[in-house]
Amino acid sequence: MGWFVSRDIERRMDELEIPFGPFGVDPYGVSKKHLALGFAMAEPIYRHYFSVRAIGTSNVPARGRGMLVGNHSGGIAIDGMMVVASMFFAKNPPRLAQGMVEKFMNRMPFASMMTSRMGQLTGLPEHAIRLLEDDRLLMVFPEGAKGTAKLYKDRYSLVRFGTGFVRLAMKTRSPIIPFAFLGGGAAIPSIHNAVALGKIFGAPYVPITPYGLPLPLPVKLEVEYGEPMMFEGTGAEADPIIEGYVEQVRTRIAEMIEAGRQRRESFAEQTLNQLRGGNP
Amino acid sequence: MKVLVTGIAGATGRIVALRLVEGGHDVVGIDKRSWPDAPSGVEVHRVDIRSRPAEDVFRTVQPEVVVHMATVTHLMARSEDRYRINLGGTRAVFDYSHRHGVRHVVFVGRHTYYGAGSDSPLYHTEDEPPMAVHSFPELADLVAADLYAGSALWRMPEMTTTVLRIVYTLGASGHGTLAGFLRGPRVPMILGFDPLFQFMNEKDVATAIEQSIRARLRGVYNVAGPKPVPLSVVARTTGRSPVPLPEFAFRAALGRFGLPRLPPAALAHIKFPVVIDDAAFRRATGWSHAVDEASAMREYRDTFPNLA
Repeated sequence: MGWFVSRDIERRMDELEIPFGPFGVDPYGVSKKHLALGFAMAEPIYRHYFSVRAIGTSNVPARGRGMLVGNHSGGIAIDGMMVVASMFFAKNPPRLAQGMVEKFMNRMPFASMMTSRMGQLTGLPEHAIRLLEDDRLLMVFPEGAKGTAKLYKDRYSLVRFGTGFVRLAMKTRSPIIPFAFLGGGAAIPSIHNAVALGKIFGAPYVPITPYGLPLPLPVKLEVEYGEPMMFEGTGAEADPIIEGYVEQVRTRIAEMIEAGRQRRESFAEQTLNQLRGGNP
Repeated sequence: MKVLVTGIAGATGRIVALRLVEGGHDVVGIDKRSWPDAPSGVEVHRVDIRSRPAEDVFRTVQPEVVVHMATVTHLMARSEDRYRINLGGTRAVFDYSHRHGVRHVVFVGRHTYYGAGSDSPLYHTEDEPPMAVHSFPELADLVAADLYAGSALWRMPEMTTTVLRIVYTLGASGHGTLAGFLRGPRVPMILGFDPLFQFMNEKDVATAIEQSIRARLRGVYNVAGPKPVPLSVVARTTGRSPVPLPEFAFRAALGRFGLPRLPPAALAHIKFPVVIDDAAFRRATGWSHAVDEASAMREYRDTFPNLA
């Protein structure tokens, strides 16, 4: 696959459960070549720039359907990219996490092509159901675009969750694997979301940081996967029942975020103390 | 069984007719065009489907099954002709069939019924409404013909109606929207987009229609062949050169420099995929395709080599 793609990535690509056809694409247009190149580009970012720490990857089923559900962290999609990378680099055998992309992305040249070649389909319930019924691993951010729009000061908070994901998980009998993503808010410390600027690019907004552009800082990122949650039912239950399940998932994610925050803050304190020459 | 095929002189119509003859059916055809080397035993009536003599064919032949293939695409006819042929013709076929005791009508429609759009799902199922009409008004007559044919399911319940939504054809006949698009040495693409294209060989179209007749299939069904592949792969595998152009340049270049002529609204179909799920058809008929995607593309390439 060329000098750019390492042996390790090639081996992991072969271990993926994706049924690539004779032209190297699966029935959804996921391309083996594009995916390998994508992972080759993501690897240094994942391993070195953000030094992503993935905890609890064994909670994600080795095969079969599953829905990764977590919080948005960071004004651009680095959270999703790093979750996908963690499922590829930190899980053995690797899995391809397939996200549900904002609709505007599919209208943009290149973004449209690259997202679909890498298995990241437009966020439609039809896609979610089809992928789950095909025993794929789905990645969902129920906070939606409001979640990526969180500012630096709100980085450990969760905005309202949509309820559709629980209905889809129940309908397709898929386990929900909650995850907490930490550090994205510090990597892209948004102080403002420029809506007018976004319009120019066809995006909902462009996050503005103290240094202007939304270029991510080399902050250590963390993603923690919790134990799978299974909700029995048809997915057609009344709103109050579904909202109860959504709240359970949200609470579980909030707990993991809080634990992660304490871990990060005590680590930061220790480091500061060491720098000051004090005791840890 | 006695089967009447409308549009029999078209490239796919001929293949369907030959397949039905092989399958032991008595085949009669209606077409304005001639089919000089039609096999003996296949009667071809050169009449316009909407004319009185066409009804006379129904009356005298008394077919048990009608396969309606006499529709045209936007690439071949002006809009008023299309409405006249596609919608007027479909209406006439169902009326004649109903009046003259036909037991089963198979309407051969197109998968572009669903339309291409940035926010439409991959793998359309039969229950989805047509989304092409607003983005691609040139397809409105085909969408209307499809829905009109479907209405026969409740309007004429004593008659079996099958509506097939079939993907693009690709093979030695060189016939069809996709085959026409690929004809030149260069295949224009829109820079930054490479949609999945789904196509099947015309021989598989014929067996799918034959199976629909055999199963006396009732309802609306998608028919797809092999798995879809990106347009760039289709272009390269058929021996063409994909030429990605920025969207504004694409619009300006259509119909020049050896590039095909397309209505501006067709652009959505080169940017976004129309991919259908045919699981219901396969379940109901036991049909499966015989020609895979590589062979279909090879067959087209060998018959229409890139001469540049």
